[in-house]
Amino acid sequence: MTASLRLVDVSKTFVLHNQDGAVLRVLDRLSLEVEGGECVALVGPSGAGKSTVLRIACGNYAPDWGRVLVAAGGRATDIACAPPRAVLALRRQAIGHVSQFLRVIPRVPAIEVVAEAARLAGSSPDDAHARAGEMLDILRIPRRLWSLSPTTFSGGEQQRVNIARTMVVPFPILLLDEPTASLDAENRAVVVDLIRDACRRGAAVLGIFHDADVRAAVATREVACATLSRAA
Amino acid sequence: MTEAPLLRVRGLSHAYGSRIACSAVDVEVWPGEVLAIVGESGSGKSTLLNCISGRMRPGAGEVLYRAKDGREVDLWQASDAQRRLLARTELGMVHQNPRDGLRLGVSAGGNVGERLMAVGARNYGAIRATAAEWLARVEIDVGRIDDLPRTFSGGMQQRLQIARVLVSRPRLVFLDEPTGGLDVSVQARLLDLLRSLSRDLGLASIIVTHDLAVARLLAHRICVMRGGEVVEDGLTDRVLDDPRHPYTQLLVSSVLPP
Amino acid sequence: MTTATAPAGYNFAYLDEGTKRMIRRAILKAIAIPGYQVPFGSREMPLAYGWGTGGMQVTAAVIGASDRLKVIDQGADDTTNAVSIRRFFARTAGVATTERTAEATIIQTRHRIPERPLREGQVLVYQVPMPEPLRFIEPRESETRKMHALVEYGAMHVRLYEDIAAHGRITTAYGYPVLVNGRYVMSPSPIPKFDNPKMDMMPALQLFGAGREKRIYAVPPYTPVRSLDFDDHPFAIERGDQPCALCGSTDTYLDEVVVDDRGGRVFVCSDSDHCGERQEAGRAAPARA
Repeated sequence: MTASLRLVDVSKTFVLHNQDGAVLRVLDRLSLEVEGGECVALVGPSGAGKSTVLRIACGNYAPDWGRVLVAAGGRATDIACAPPRAVLALRRQAIGHVSQFLRVIPRVPAIEVVAEAARLAGSSPDDAHARAGEMLDILRIPRRLWSLSPTTFSGGEQQRVNIARTMVVPFPILLLDEPTASLDAENRAVVVDLIRDACRRGAAVLGIFHDADVRAAVATREVACATLSRAA
Repeated sequence: MTEAPLLRVRGLSHAYGSRIACSAVDVEVWPGEVLAIVGESGSGKSTLLNCISGRMRPGAGEVLYRAKDGREVDLWQASDAQRRLLARTELGMVHQNPRDGLRLGVSAGGNVGERLMAVGARNYGAIRATAAEWLARVEIDVGRIDDLPRTFSGGMQQRLQIARVLVSRPRLVFLDEPTGGLDVSVQARLLDLLRSLSRDLGLASIIVTHDLAVARLLAHRICVMRGGEVVEDGLTDRVLDDPRHPYTQLLVSSVLPP
Repeated sequence: MTTATAPAGYNFAYLDEGTKRMIRRAILKAIAIPGYQVPFGSREMPLAYGWGTGGMQVTAAVIGASDRLKVIDQGADDTTNAVSIRRFFARTAGVATTERTAEATIIQTRHRIPERPLREGQVLVYQVPMPEPLRFIEPRESETRKMHALVEYGAMHVRLYEDIAAHGRITTAYGYPVLVNGRYVMSPSPIPKFDNPKMDMMPALQLFGAGREKRIYAVPPYTPVRSLDFDDHPFAIERGDQPCALCGSTDTYLDEVVVDDRGGRVFVCSDSDHCGERQEAGRAAPARA
């Protein structure tokens, strides 16, 4: 079985209890499929629920309704109702999620941040370290920064560490939330190459790419989010 | 990884007179899992921790711990002797105030060595070598092995307490506000240490904290308590990023962003 | 029990018979559970706490008209405390007293075990200031009792560990903790650790009384008593590098005595009876080089 991600009839509503019970309906019976080797770009206006889709796909948000089927490594799991430890196991080995912001413990060096992801996916400490170094080189993080905490880095550098942390593991499923947002042209090109490599090795990629050039370069298919949420 | 929980708490209730501190709480911890129990002061989280760590008998309910030999022991049905033996071998407790968890009149090495001696270690050289190794692991200069903990800073005392608990290789550790009372910079170091130790040792732990940032960094799973009840429970980032219960939403939205 | 020789107004051996019976019961229980501290209703004695009130009550409870009592304080029969306790029992019980270890049936002691090996039928009564060996590490009585009950003795070794860490060897020189009959950790009272080996398998009955702390404990005859130690730092006693200045003994516990105002000092046997016996023997057969 190749990797794939399927959202079936997924609905998501936020009830803001502390703001007079305001109800935000974000997704209504959304269905969507990403097969291995595909890169699907979510498009749509701000607030259409693009990020919500990615967060539901990695178990960060829980849908009110519907199934989120993650197939990887010969097993399919409905992440919407899987126990927390199963979701964590999927995130270690199957689902890579590049968020818009890097969240790390202060004082942990950049190289360790990246190596830890590889270790969690099962690499030996030495191997993880070596691969973290390669990935930081690819993403053009100067070596003098490797031993520093990324909390001290510029926005672009932080984002590249964030990408390195995901790309260091050959995840079968990748969720990318504006991976190139704060990057310059050269670094954007590097990230585009990484995404294309991932597709070539069979990863199922679902992403939000604000930059039209990047989107054109990586996406095999586009799905409009506003349309999606009304699709039956 | 074994597919059975390490600790199962079922229907745990406790009251102080007419004031209910915990009401029918169910909690599970799996091997290698870090569970955070969050809530405000008076939410019952400390009472819960005291009851499940074997230090205070609950009014009702079961605390089922699956021991190394695979058998499940109800800590409060077990004899004093068995419970105390588990408490100093397979379980561990890290107190908020290191003074409660350390012997301040005993050297750092003696503090770490005590749990070894308590289970029968009788070779001074071996005890000392192990103590030194653990001081290094918690980033305390081994040259200070014979110093009294009262000469240590708060952060060092807390790290010493952690070494003292972990030296006997417990399987489940309880931490009560482990970073409370520490400077922010010291907190970060301690958090990083706790995280790497629990990853490297495959340790399961239950952390009681009111600091959501601590919970996010350390815990796989989170339990939100209010008024003695668990109001929400699940994957840490799910609970913090997509809170359902009104109280959890209030808690999350009350945190001041740095 | 006879009261014939007691002075008017006092019961035999000072304590009333009801109190003695209570103390004897505590003693019997203590003998039945070697090393276990039995609480007892300690009475006011006509001297201050810390001067042997516990030992005196034990002695009063076990002494009979035909006993011969010896009292030593730091090994000596002629110090104030020893003299007054000996005189106390001579007056209130009318018993015979002696300074000879060999002749005594009951020996009340503070901080020493006589050098001459004790025999069956003798009773050694220790005066104990602080009966709880775990107290230094655990202030709560409820907790120390539980630690004894559950044999949680790891903390005892912490004390020895600290000694080695600070001084390179176990420097605890008196009140050195022992394990009685493989079960209870016990304070031997502040005897020098030099005396610890004498407690092991002693043919005489050893009774311990703590008046202020209201505890009695015992080591029955022929009971194993092991001093706590580490595999790589075994229990050892140290001997002085010079012999007794009076009797020339090299295998006894010596006291340092200042002999003049210029800081002159000599070492002499702490056990005055033993030293005297050796000096007599030496005079009778001065063949010794």
